[in-house]
Amino acid sequence: MSVNANQVRHVAKLARIAMSDSEIEAMVPEFNNILGWVEQLGEVDTDGVEPLTAVIENQLRLRDDVVDDGNVRDAVLRNAPDAQHGFFAVPKVIE
Amino acid sequence: MGELNSKTIAQLREGFRAGEFTAREIAEAFNAAVAAGRELNAYTVETPELALAAADAADKAKASGELKPLSGIPLGIKDLFCTEGVDSTTGSKILAGFKPPYESTVSGNLKHAGAGMLGKLNMDEFAMGSSNETSAYGPVISPWRRNDGSNAALTPGGSSGGSAAAVAAGMAPGVTGTDTGGSIRQPAAFTGITGIKPTYGRCSRWGIVSFASSLDQAGPMARDVRDCAILLEAMAGFDPKDATSLNLPVPQWEAGLSSDLRGKTVGIPKEYRIDGVPDEINAIWDRGIEWLKDAGAEVVEISLPHTKYALPTYYIIAPAEASSNLARYDGVRYGLRESPPGGNLDAMYAATRAAGFGAEVKRRIMIGTYVLSAGFYDAYFTKAQKVRTLIKRDFAQAFERCDLILTPTAPSAAFGLGEKMSDPLAMYLNDVFAVPASLAGLPALSVPGGLDGQGLPLGLHLIGRELDEQGILNAGLAIEERAGFNHRPGNWWA
Repeated sequence: MSVNANQVRHVAKLARIAMSDSEIEAMVPEFNNILGWVEQLGEVDTDGVEPLTAVIENQLRLRDDVVDDGNVRDAVLRNAPDAQHGFFAVPKVIE
Repeated sequence: MGELNSKTIAQLREGFRAGEFTAREIAEAFNAAVAAGRELNAYTVETPELALAAADAADKAKASGELKPLSGIPLGIKDLFCTEGVDSTTGSKILAGFKPPYESTVSGNLKHAGAGMLGKLNMDEFAMGSSNETSAYGPVISPWRRNDGSNAALTPGGSSGGSAAAVAAGMAPGVTGTDTGGSIRQPAAFTGITGIKPTYGRCSRWGIVSFASSLDQAGPMARDVRDCAILLEAMAGFDPKDATSLNLPVPQWEAGLSSDLRGKTVGIPKEYRIDGVPDEINAIWDRGIEWLKDAGAEVVEISLPHTKYALPTYYIIAPAEASSNLARYDGVRYGLRESPPGGNLDAMYAATRAAGFGAEVKRRIMIGTYVLSAGFYDAYFTKAQKVRTLIKRDFAQAFERCDLILTPTAPSAAFGLGEKMSDPLAMYLNDVFAVPASLAGLPALSVPGGLDGQGLPLGLHLIGRELDEQGILNAGLAIEERAGFNHRPGNWWA
């Protein structure tokens, strides 16, 4: 499978990374190089093989449904590029 | 390099406890080395005051007889461990100025064990790289140079390149690293030091900036095997805050060290003899085999048939997980924000991520997004997870015949800065020997084996069964005792 500029542009949009046309053009051959290389996995017979889900066997734990943390609003907001009135602030979403 | 700077952690611990020097003297010696070594760009943040504060606490504890395991030992911390109130940038512009309001479990464990912090160590951006050249804060320069008089700047390896350079240059007696596909072991090999990636789940990932969650593991890097055992004991342990943390007691790895390998069987995977690898790499591997035999081990040839598929599997799974993990960098809660004038929220996300991420991180996010996208998920991601099952099965079958596996750590010695940056695939091949163990979650260690013809260190790589860190530490010790590797880089930077 190989991709063209339009497909790379679509991926950039999905990934929320702004890219100029020249950046998209430059990425097309890189993308195809890497995809061409990983496609050798097609040689491997994986019929009947389960995809790996846990690399080391472990049990999912449950904890009691109680509040054990919180009340740290200011600490949470301290690194925000823009915090107002105790909230994260972003550009206007609704006109 | 000062006298204290060339000591191991075990030697510093003994000397401090015996009253030969104070913790403050140790901290001052390493703070001075950090300041003198700025040309290497190993540290992105220096915290001499934190090292001194921990040292003073250690000197007090000694006076009152309340010593902790790492009292008096200052350490460097890789910059993807969140450290409370201290910049944690993970080598990225997108986290410039980020001061976590919390401490990662692993760095917190080291603090509670009495260790001080010398500073934060430079690294490939988000740990994506094998040469430290993708760091937004500039590459780390290896303290090692070729013996040809060219003085070419070499890579210390990556992604834990600052960590490796700091230990090799005597700017820290030990450091933390993280390993997703070789990021502890390859830089350890390139700089003539020792590093261990424990079994997946031994060290909590809580507070470590995520790259690929099913692969990321923290581990120590230090001058020798004993120091790695000491540090790993302090770093590891169950943490309810990490759902993949293993709820198991931490073994006493240091007390368990023994280089007597009688009764052990070492497997040599035939698929790791690959074309294009320099003869010197295979020669050091052969020497490693002899050393392990000399220590009493039996050596057998084994087969890991899916070895050649490990790298392409990794380069689907790791970018896929990265694309999900790095979605959190959106310019809202922390880090950089770019707001194009008049732009909406979507434009802010896209501009922030365009400005904040470097080329390799963008490349991997894009590949990851693609392999997870509708219509391609099964062909790429599910396929890779199936091959990963087969790679893990290869190891399980091999460990029916042997107790541990010996290979080279990397397919070359350290290369020059700039030599491989133009070809991502050539860079990825650096981790050809390291990645399979990562995909299988197995513990693995790199220990120095010797120098190549250019005077650069080469590493030997030991892979163990799940949870058998002791087995690879012991075999590493057996190699260390026989290799007699005591080479150090010249002190040209200070």
